[in-house]
Amino acid sequence: MYNGDVYITGSCVIRDNRVYRDGVQLLETPRELELPEFLRAGYDHFSGQYPKFHKMDPLSKLGWLAAEVLLKEVPLSSYPRESVGLILANKSASLDTDLRYFDSVKDIASPALFVYTLPNIVMGEISIRHGFKGENAFFTTDVFDREFMVGYISQLFLENAVSACLCGWVEVMGPAYEVMLYKVERTGDGGLVFNADNLQKAASI
Amino acid sequence: MEKLMAALKAQIVEQLNLQEVKPEDIGDDQPLFKDGLGLDSIDALEIIVLLQQHYGIRIANPEQGPEIFHSVRTIAEFITAHQTAK
Repeated sequence: MYNGDVYITGSCVIRDNRVYRDGVQLLETPRELELPEFLRAGYDHFSGQYPKFHKMDPLSKLGWLAAEVLLKEVPLSSYPRESVGLILANKSASLDTDLRYFDSVKDIASPALFVYTLPNIVMGEISIRHGFKGENAFFTTDVFDREFMVGYISQLFLENAVSACLCGWVEVMGPAYEVMLYKVERTGDGGLVFNADNLQKAASI
Repeated sequence: MEKLMAALKAQIVEQLNLQEVKPEDIGDDQPLFKDGLGLDSIDALEIIVLLQQHYGIRIANPEQGPEIFHSVRTIAEFITAHQTAK
């Protein structure tokens, strides 16, 4: 497996009403705050000035917010847009939104909800925001399969399909959610070597 | 007409989830799409749903869309014409 020249250069974890970057807690809201309000607080804290955020479903908001946190101070703008990949995974795909869309169909189906009834839309939202045009894939697995993620992305680097990559786990189903998003690059500058153990380590809070 | 336009602005803000726009910020003749309010094609579909839900109006000819949806005033004029024709 190819991993010698690839490094984890940043991480963002969102869980339990908290946002962390590189292991450091940046935001915490009261535990009783529900997911929509927590996401709005995150948007106000880290971004603002992107009204389309409010139209996104919770899955897209979570992924978008994590990318915002991860790329705010050190973006991947030095890489050609076509060489930045985006590889994500989760357990529930877009089921959280699918169910709400199903409910809306009983009246008049909502077009704005329908466009989020695919899990990979979150990658589109991140790509639009940051201009990424590289390889992308979204996998659905019961748990975050770090070995698989490392193997797949290492192959992309090996084939020079990417020079940098955002990857990780973006899960939401009802009130339960968890994000572990990583920035992976060929040049490390103090980063952890890109392997399954270090993916675990980088998200251990 | 003024009352209808005020109602439409509030309905557009709610239906399109424009959380950073107040109804009174939308001009009567302000273009709703592109450089105006910046709405997109999905928003256009939501306005079609809005017309159906709130006014019982179905757009029979989709080619009329750009003309009808140009501004709040053009939508209000379309609703008024439709209600008068009933």
